[in-house]
Amino acid sequence: MTALSLKNVNKSFGKVHVLKDVNLDVEEGEFVVFVGPSGCGKSTLLRVIAGLEDATSGEVSIGDEVVNMTPPSKRGIAMVFQSYALYPHLNVRGNMTLALKQEGQPKSVIEERVQTASRMLNLEPYLDRYPSELSGGQRQRVAIGRAIVRKPELFLFDEPLSNLDAALRMNTRIEIANLHRQLGASMIYVTHDQTEAMTLADKIVVLRDGRVEQIGSPMELYNNPANQFVAGFLGSPSMNFFPARIIQDGDDRIMGVRPEDLFLADDGILSARVSHVEKLGGDTNVIAHLKDHQITARLFGQHAVEEGQDLRFGFNPQSAYHFDTYGARLY
Amino acid sequence: MNKARSNPLNTLAMHGALILYTLIALFPVFIILINSFKERRSIFREPLALPDSESFSTIGYETVMQQGDFFLYFQNSMIVTVASLFFILLFGSMAAYALSEYRFRGNMLMGLYLALGIMIPIRIGTVAILEMMVATGLVNSLWALILVYTAQGLPLAVFILSEFMRQVSDDLKNAGRIDGLSEYTIFFRLVLPLVRPAMATVAVFNMIPIWNDLWFPLILAPAEETKTLTLGSQVFIGQFVTDWNAVLSALSMAILPVLILYVIFSRQLIRGITSGAVK
Ligand SMILES: Nc1ncnc2c1ncn2[C@@H]1O[C@H](COP(=O)(O)OP(=O)(O)O)[C@@H](O)[C@H]1O
Ligand SMILES: [Mg+2]
Repeated sequence: MTALSLKNVNKSFGKVHVLKDVNLDVEEGEFVVFVGPSGCGKSTLLRVIAGLEDATSGEVSIGDEVVNMTPPSKRGIAMVFQSYALYPHLNVRGNMTLALKQEGQPKSVIEERVQTASRMLNLEPYLDRYPSELSGGQRQRVAIGRAIVRKPELFLFDEPLSNLDAALRMNTRIEIANLHRQLGASMIYVTHDQTEAMTLADKIVVLRDGRVEQIGSPMELYNNPANQFVAGFLGSPSMNFFPARIIQDGDDRIMGVRPEDLFLADDGILSARVSHVEKLGGDTNVIAHLKDHQITARLFGQHAVEEGQDLRFGFNPQSAYHFDTYGARLY
Repeated sequence: MNKARSNPLNTLAMHGALILYTLIALFPVFIILINSFKERRSIFREPLALPDSESFSTIGYETVMQQGDFFLYFQNSMIVTVASLFFILLFGSMAAYALSEYRFRGNMLMGLYLALGIMIPIRIGTVAILEMMVATGLVNSLWALILVYTAQGLPLAVFILSEFMRQVSDDLKNAGRIDGLSEYTIFFRLVLPLVRPAMATVAVFNMIPIWNDLWFPLILAPAEETKTLTLGSQVFIGQFVTDWNAVLSALSMAILPVLILYVIFSRQLIRGITSGAVK
């Protein structure tokens, strides 16, 4: 059974065409990540799935049932928002139980679900606090708890970690991954952060300007990007692009080489001047200028490289990607 | 900001300015209050002096109590002000929510139309309003006043409230929708509490002109049983003789309820600001 399926979904706000023919299938229990730059329509797509916006055209099905006309609360979904969106007038318990009360669930069921969820998220000591008395991380956990107690078929997360600091972000990311393992529910997770996408996803959907650029597992997309945009978006630091004519005269293709595929070599084919060095201990990132093009090399271990130095980089021709001038992948 | 605040000299200057302003603002009220407790001669001889054993007199208050039905006037003013404020806030916030939350054809035009009233004084329409009230038989009823004041207050209320409602987090409303709350519940339980400071502002802006208005009570409801306090107090101001004791006493008593309402609203205002919103 598919948990979610989108068929030719379009969404316009007046004259602005935001989502363009989106097609997607999410399998039962799958963790799907929508990733793309800010403003590409990720949140809009999520809101269309949730029923908070109506699709201008196309079909949205959840669990094999067309839900275009179903209100959000009846779609069997739960959503976690970037701004937490906790009800300020209710305490943690009240926030978590509101939806169940609206559904008319019996008290015993409500109590049991709150117990389970708050144990899972270590929220037990805070059940009687109000949102204004919680830290950012705690609020986000309450928002996740509010979603869990509803036992939805499909979880929707809209950039849930972007308001947290780096350390907390990593912990919460692991917590969400654990949660997915424990609950086994399907999850859709929106982010503009490619690290989150790579680490969490079973399947990544790369969006640009409201269009799906590519769908696949993280490694499929990393190893075999369909175009220059996907190639540049996934991987950190991002892929280096430069005109192939730097290497071979008259070649008008664009070449892409991942920073980790570049290595120092005295007879290397690329000669560049170092403009900046990031020494991370385990890795060294060298940012250098190849004529007018900036390239980044990620060297394993520690290297005595200084700014202003002239270096030669080599790469294995098999690891290079080739794109035509429109950005489409050639091979 | 913090640095400036902790500097004792700045603090002193700030408090000095505020105290000075408070004194200036309260001075007329103070003069009215002290003179309302003096006999007529002392009011004119030494208007700035506090009442002493010689000049003290409650004659003004006695006159007010005897002349006309002061408590009825008072009650009328209270009913008209509170009811008008209630309707202004209720309908104003509902219209503002519709304008800020829902996309529909003519949304912009509707907003402009509703805001137009801010620029056109309602008194221009007095004759038409009077004709309408006569036709509907509402003349000399408190409803006539309540309806007019509600209409008068709505444009500014819609304008201010819709601006504030646009700032209420979409996520919060959407969370409510996903949890199955009705649009009414979302409006009353989630949105209204978050715009409480704006509501208090609107209430304060509307309250005083309504309470003090003489024009519409005089035209629409001059009957004895529907007189408001302001209109009722006019009996003491004659063309040739003015009973200053009575006028000052009536004014003193008229200040009280506005003061109480103001304290209530301003508490809301402060609580609204400090009650930590969504994030
Ligand atoms: N309610 C709306 N009215 C008009 N335009 C909107 C609305 N919501 C989103 N958009 C537009 O749709 C585009 C995608 O927005 P969004 O889905 O929020 O992007 P993302 O979440 O990927 O950053 C943006 O260009 C935004 O301006
Ligand atoms: Mg977004």
